[in-house]
Amino acid sequence: MNLKTLIPQKLKEKFPSVDFEVLDYRDELTIKFDKKSIVEVCNFLKSESDLDFNWCSDITAVDWATRKNRFTVVYNIFSMKHNFRLRLKADVDETDCKIDSVTSVWGAANWQERETYDMYGIKFNNHPDLRRMYMPEEFEYYPLRKDFPLMGIPGSLPLPKK
Amino acid sequence: MDQLENEVHPKILEALLKARNDYTLDDALENEMVLNMGPQHPATHGVLRLLLRLDGERIIGCVPDLGYLHRGYEKMAENMSYYEYIPHTDRLDYISPMANNVAWVLAVEKLAGIEAPKRAQYIRMMIAELARIASHLVAIGSFAMDVGALTIFLWTLREREKILDIWDILCGARFTNSYTRIGGVANDAQPEALAKAKWFIDQFEPNLAEVEQLINTNRIFIERVDGVGVISKEDAIDLGFCGPNLRACGMEFDLRRNAPYLCYNEMDFKIPTYTEGDCLARYFLRLDECRESAKIVKQILEKMPQGPVQADMPKKVLPQKDEVYTKMEELIHDFMIVNFGINPPVGEIYHAIEGSKGELGFYLVSKGDGKPWKCKIRSPSFNNIQALPKLVIGHLISDVVAIIGSIDPIMGEADK
Repeated sequence: MNLKTLIPQKLKEKFPSVDFEVLDYRDELTIKFDKKSIVEVCNFLKSESDLDFNWCSDITAVDWATRKNRFTVVYNIFSMKHNFRLRLKADVDETDCKIDSVTSVWGAANWQERETYDMYGIKFNNHPDLRRMYMPEEFEYYPLRKDFPLMGIPGSLPLPKK
Repeated sequence: MDQLENEVHPKILEALLKARNDYTLDDALENEMVLNMGPQHPATHGVLRLLLRLDGERIIGCVPDLGYLHRGYEKMAENMSYYEYIPHTDRLDYISPMANNVAWVLAVEKLAGIEAPKRAQYIRMMIAELARIASHLVAIGSFAMDVGALTIFLWTLREREKILDIWDILCGARFTNSYTRIGGVANDAQPEALAKAKWFIDQFEPNLAEVEQLINTNRIFIERVDGVGVISKEDAIDLGFCGPNLRACGMEFDLRRNAPYLCYNEMDFKIPTYTEGDCLARYFLRLDECRESAKIVKQILEKMPQGPVQADMPKKVLPQKDEVYTKMEELIHDFMIVNFGINPPVGEIYHAIEGSKGELGFYLVSKGDGKPWKCKIRSPSFNNIQALPKLVIGHLISDVVAIIGSIDPIMGEADK
């Protein structure tokens, strides 16, 4: 069976209580669901032998600025067995800016989540080493948020101590 | 320790002390030591900083610290049009800028629904493969130089110079090319450039064999890298290793074959793999890939079709400059595209190519206006460096230099 129909069907069978929103755009499959079940779904996608999404290619987030759920965390995973790319999405609100970490599923998620935290300020629960990736630890802002100005904030990056 | 706490941020130090320390070594040197390697270190290929925790000379903990070359290219992408961003992709992986140009325009074309003409696709394939050769030559040369075989760097750079000369004819720039355009390439490949590419490929094979002979008979080199920095296939996949490094672990995975783009499915080439997963395998793999790329370029030059090099979509594709100056319609389109952008439909896409370091992808979100709402660069070097602590633990400091050289990180890309 075609993976594009198989994946949503399998997910709906396995997680009847979760609401999956399936989108197919430009031949790419995107599945959106609630952030609470992210680890279970990822675990299932990886361990199920028919799917076998063994490679976490990328994790990032999108800041929608004005929407009710301000951020969307985007997981870009790949199945080397089937040569199939899948995008998972979960909304995160600014007031509860947290989502469970998937480092237990894919080791590669470690730095990718750190980068997302650094750039958007989304906290990943149970992350083994949640530090900033690029910016210095003292930096108070999250640069890729839409309210951060392009030219930066003067004085926010102090010169190193002598 | 007090002095160290002043110099190293406490959070980084804490991460380092938490790093794997189940090594028990009966060493004469009892005390542990923290060594700061980089960001200004000739062997870290740019501004990679490693904090190493040492027991004697053996590494028991390693924490890479990135961000010294962070220029915020993802933020900048959100504030400029799709065309304006092409020159900035040159600065990501600055060893093979052509491949980045190709990756960016392919992503934008997928988002906007443009298809480049066949000849443009062939030219793009040619420059991407030449970029791979150019990048691997630097990787091999600097890797050999890091472990003490200095001559090889001069030999590989000599070959690389010839590729830069081809790019010079092709687009007028040797290093930061910005040659591709959305919907095609900036100008048709000149017969001189194609002839030079053909000449280069013909003489490349024997010259590469010479380089290989020089390295393979160098016992110091072989003994310093053989069996060093081993990673298993499972660990490599789990840690997001990609590109040549992943293939050196025995995983036959190449986006040119597994998710074909451009016209790679019309080409006949092999995907070299090695099973050892050590530094030596990664070096051999790069040599083999150079040969395969040369083979692909040869086929491209034979099969190169004639025809236009820019798609016929005046509302999306920037017209040629001579037309802008002489024709009214083109002037209007040029004005509209430059000032308001190409406005792809609302949606999001991800497109990746097999860059010289691995999967180089762009995730783009469009809200229907001239600028991307979100641009995420999936850089291979970033994910390759993530596996570095796993590779270096248990080895000596001098091996770290060899391991960094063998995984070939480019900080412009890792730091964005």
